[in-house]
Amino acid sequence: MRLDKTELALVGLAVVLMLAGTLAAPGWLIFLITVALAKALVVQGVVMQMKAGLVSFGQGLFYCVGGYAVGMGGQFLGLNAGLVLLALGVIAAVVLAMVLGLLLTRYREIFFAMLSLAFSMILYGVLVKSQELGSTDGFNVKAWTLLGRTIEGGEQATHTVFILTVLTAATVAFILHRFYRSAMGMTCEAIRENEVRVEFLGLSPRWINYANYVAAAAVSALGGGLTALATGHVDPDMAYWTTSGEFVFIALLGGTGSVFAPFLAAIVFALVRTYAIEFLPNAWQMILGFTLLGIVVFLPKGLWSLFTRRAVAPVPSSSPTNARTGGVRA
Amino acid sequence: MTPILETRKLNKSFGAVTAAKDLNVKIGKGEIVGVIGANGAGKTTFINMVTGYLPPTSGEILMDGRPILGLAPRAITRSGLARSFQVAQLFPELTVLDNLVIALAAAESPHPSFLKPLHTKARVAKAEEILGEFKVGAYRDARVTAVPQGSRKLIDIAMAMIGNPKMLLLDEPTSGVSVDEKGDLMDTVMAAVHHHGLTVLFVEHDMDVVRRYVSRILAFYSGEIIADGPPDAVLADARVRELVTGHSDHKGAEQKGADHKSAEHAAAQQGSSVA
Amino acid sequence: MLSFLAVLIDGTIYASWLFLVAAGLTVIYGVMRILNMAHGSFYAIGAYAAASAIGWYFADGTGSAGVSFLILIGAALVAGLVVGTLVERGLLRFMYGRDETLMVIITYALLLILEDAMKIVFGVNPYFAYQPYTALGRSTIAGLKVSNYDLVLIGIAVAVGLALWGWLERTNLGKILRAVIHDREVARAMGVNVRRMFTLTFLIGTTLGALAGALTAPSISVVPGIGVEVIVLAFAVVVVGGMGSIEGAAVGALLLGLSRAAAVHFAPQFELFVIYGVMSLVLAIRPQGLFGRTLVRKI
Repeated sequence: MRLDKTELALVGLAVVLMLAGTLAAPGWLIFLITVALAKALVVQGVVMQMKAGLVSFGQGLFYCVGGYAVGMGGQFLGLNAGLVLLALGVIAAVVLAMVLGLLLTRYREIFFAMLSLAFSMILYGVLVKSQELGSTDGFNVKAWTLLGRTIEGGEQATHTVFILTVLTAATVAFILHRFYRSAMGMTCEAIRENEVRVEFLGLSPRWINYANYVAAAAVSALGGGLTALATGHVDPDMAYWTTSGEFVFIALLGGTGSVFAPFLAAIVFALVRTYAIEFLPNAWQMILGFTLLGIVVFLPKGLWSLFTRRAVAPVPSSSPTNARTGGVRA
Repeated sequence: MTPILETRKLNKSFGAVTAAKDLNVKIGKGEIVGVIGANGAGKTTFINMVTGYLPPTSGEILMDGRPILGLAPRAITRSGLARSFQVAQLFPELTVLDNLVIALAAAESPHPSFLKPLHTKARVAKAEEILGEFKVGAYRDARVTAVPQGSRKLIDIAMAMIGNPKMLLLDEPTSGVSVDEKGDLMDTVMAAVHHHGLTVLFVEHDMDVVRRYVSRILAFYSGEIIADGPPDAVLADARVRELVTGHSDHKGAEQKGADHKSAEHAAAQQGSSVA
Repeated sequence: MLSFLAVLIDGTIYASWLFLVAAGLTVIYGVMRILNMAHGSFYAIGAYAAASAIGWYFADGTGSAGVSFLILIGAALVAGLVVGTLVERGLLRFMYGRDETLMVIITYALLLILEDAMKIVFGVNPYFAYQPYTALGRSTIAGLKVSNYDLVLIGIAVAVGLALWGWLERTNLGKILRAVIHDREVARAMGVNVRRMFTLTFLIGTTLGALAGALTAPSISVVPGIGVEVIVLAFAVVVVGGMGSIEGAAVGALLLGLSRAAAVHFAPQFELFVIYGVMSLVLAIRPQGLFGRTLVRKI
C-alpha cells in the first residue's frame, strides 16, 4: 500500500501526538485534546455531508446515540469492553441512519437542515422524559476495560482514552482521505455541484446521499462514544440542537479542504472556549457569532484555506476553439 | 427494423396549456434528425419527456421496442439514451478533468467505489483523449466556472457521449455560443458523432446549421409536429415557412411565442422534481 | 369527554401561541427566502422588553390590566422595530442574494450574537411580568378553569392571522409583496423596489416575533435561552404548514397544538416527541408541507 503525503503526515502526527501526550503534556490539556478530537469526529460527519452540499443541523443525534450506546451498554447490557461499546454505538447509529435516511434523502438545503434538526430534537425529547436514563441529568458511564485492562478514572484513564482517541481519529481520517478521492467521494461533490447532471450520468443522487448519510452517522457515533468514555458521562444535551450547531460551526471554521481541518478547528475551538468562558462568560457566544460571520464573509472555505491559497491551476488565456492546436496534454 | 426511439400519442399539458399533442415519432438507427420550432413550441418538453425528466400526460415511449415510460432519467441514460442541455449542466467548482473522470466512472458502474481512487491512470488517459477529441484539452485543469460558454457546451456534450449511448439528444447545442463559434462547435460535435456512429436528434434554431448536418427535420409548432421529412421538403413546406421559420406574418409568431413562455412557466411550477 | 374538551381548549391556546411565534418566521421566509434562525431571539427580546416595561409600570404595586396590555404591545413594537432595523441595516442587507443554506448559517451567527447581547443588557436573572396574567382572572368553561389571559391570546392570534391575510390579499402593498413572493425577478423587472420590500418584510417579521415574546412574558419567567427553545417549535410549525404560507402556519399551528395537548393529557411521556413526530409524518407524506409549492428545476 503506497501512502501519499497526507497519509504519511497523518501517521506522523498521530505518533507525535501520542508521544507528546504521554510524556510531556499536562493532564488538563490531554483531556481537552481528547474531547476535541472526539468531537472532531462528529464534525467529520458534518463535513462529509457538506461535501455533498448538505448542512446537517442535527448531527448531535448520532453523537448522542454513540454516547448513550456506550453508557447503556455498560448500564443495562453488562458490556464493559471499550471497543465493543464503541462498536455498539456505531451499529446503533447505522441502523437508525438507515431508517431516517430513507426520509431525509428526499430533502435538500434548508429542508434537510431543519429535518435533521427535528430528528435530533425527537431523541432529545425522548431522553428528557426517560427517568430510567436520568432524564435531563443523564447518567455516568460505568468502569470499562480496554483489551482486558480495567479503566477506572484518574490519570491512567485520561491517557488510555487519549491514545484510543488519537488512534481512532487517525484511522478515520486515513479512510476519509481515501474516501474523498474515490468515485463515491467525488460523486458526492458532484451532487453538490449539479444533481441533475449526476442523475443524467446514470447515477442515483438519492442512493449516494443515503450511503453518505449512513457513513457520516457511523463516524459521528464514534465521536460520541469516545466523548462518553473520555468524560464518563452522557446527557440529553448531546442531542439538543445547539450542540449540533456547534458542530456546524466547527465544520465551517475548518472548512472542507482537508481531513485535518476538523481536528485543527476543534482544538482551536476548545482552547478558545476554555479561556473565553473563564474571562468573558457572557460574551462567548457573541465571539462565536462574529467569528462565524467573519468566516462566511472573508474565509468561505474555512481556516484551512489559509494554508492552500494556490490550489487551482490558472486558466489558459487563448480560447481552444480558436487555438486549433489545443489537443491532448501530455 | 425496430426504431431506436419511438413515441406513440405522446401528450403533455400544463393546466390548460398543451405542450405536446399526439407526438408520434420514430427514429431509426443512424439517423441525424434536426428539430426546429419557435421558443415554447414543445421541443425541450419533448426531450424532457423522452429522457424521463417530465412525465407525459399520456402516451408511450419505446426504446429499441421496449417501453421506457416511467423510468427515472438515470435508468433511461443507462438504457442508452443520453442527452445534453440547453445550458451546459456541469460541476462548476470542479476541474474539467474531474468532470469527465466522474462521468467515466459513472459509465462504468452505477455503484461508485468507496475507497478506490477515482483518478486511475486509465480514466485520466481516456478523459484526456476525449478532451482532445472535443478540442477543449487546454482547459484540462481549469474549473468549469473559468471555461468559456462554447467550450462548456462541448464538455456537456462530451459527458453525454461518454457512456456510449445508442442515441444522443442534443438540446440546442449552439445556444449561448457566438455566431463565429457555432460552425466550429458543430463540426467538432458531428465529427465525434460520426466517429462513434451515433444516432442523433438535435434542437436547433439556426436553419443553416440544421440544413448542413441533418438527414431529416421535425418541425414543432404549438406542441404538435407539423412537418416531418427531408430538410428540403420540410423547409419548403408552406406551414413551416409561415409558423416556424418566420417568412411571413412575423408578429403572429411572436404572439404565439409569448403564449408559450407562460407554458414554460407553468411547467416549472407544476412538474415534480427528480427524485 | 371532559378530557377531550380540555385537549381542545389547551390545544387551541397552545396553537394560538405557536401561530404567533411562527407568523413572523413564515412571512420573512415567504418574501425573502431567509429562514431566520434568529427569530427566537426577537421573541426573547420582545419578552425582555415587555417584562421590563411591565415591571416599571407596576413598580408601585398598582396599575390596570388594560393599560398593561397596551404596554406589552407597545414594548413589542419598539423592541421589534429597533432591533429589526439595526439587524437589517447593519448586517442582513449586505447578505441578500446569498444561498439559502448560507443564510441559515448567517442568521445562526446572529442568534449567537443576540443571545449574549441580551445577557449583557438584561443580565442572567429571571424577569417576571405576571400582572396582566393574574389581573384578568379565570373563567370556567364546562367545568374547566381557563385563564382569561390565554383566551385573549387566542383572540390576538386570530386577529394577527386575519390582519396578515387581509394585508397580503386585499391591499396594494400586499399585491406587490405577493408579486415578490411569486417571482422576485419579474417583480423587479416590473419596477418593484425589492430591497425596500425586504426591509419592510423583515421589520414586520421581527416585530411579530417580538410581539409573540411580549405576549408570552406574563405567563413565563423570562430567562436567557427562551428564544433558543422557541425557534425549533416555530420551525416545526412553518415546515408542517409549508414554508412561507400564512394559512399553512395557521393550520400547522392547530395541528401541532392539538397533537401536543392530546399527548400532554393522554401520554405525557410523548409531550416533546409528538411535535417533531407529527412534523416528520406530515413531511413523509407531503414533503413540501401542507400548503407548500414544489418547484422543478428548469434545464
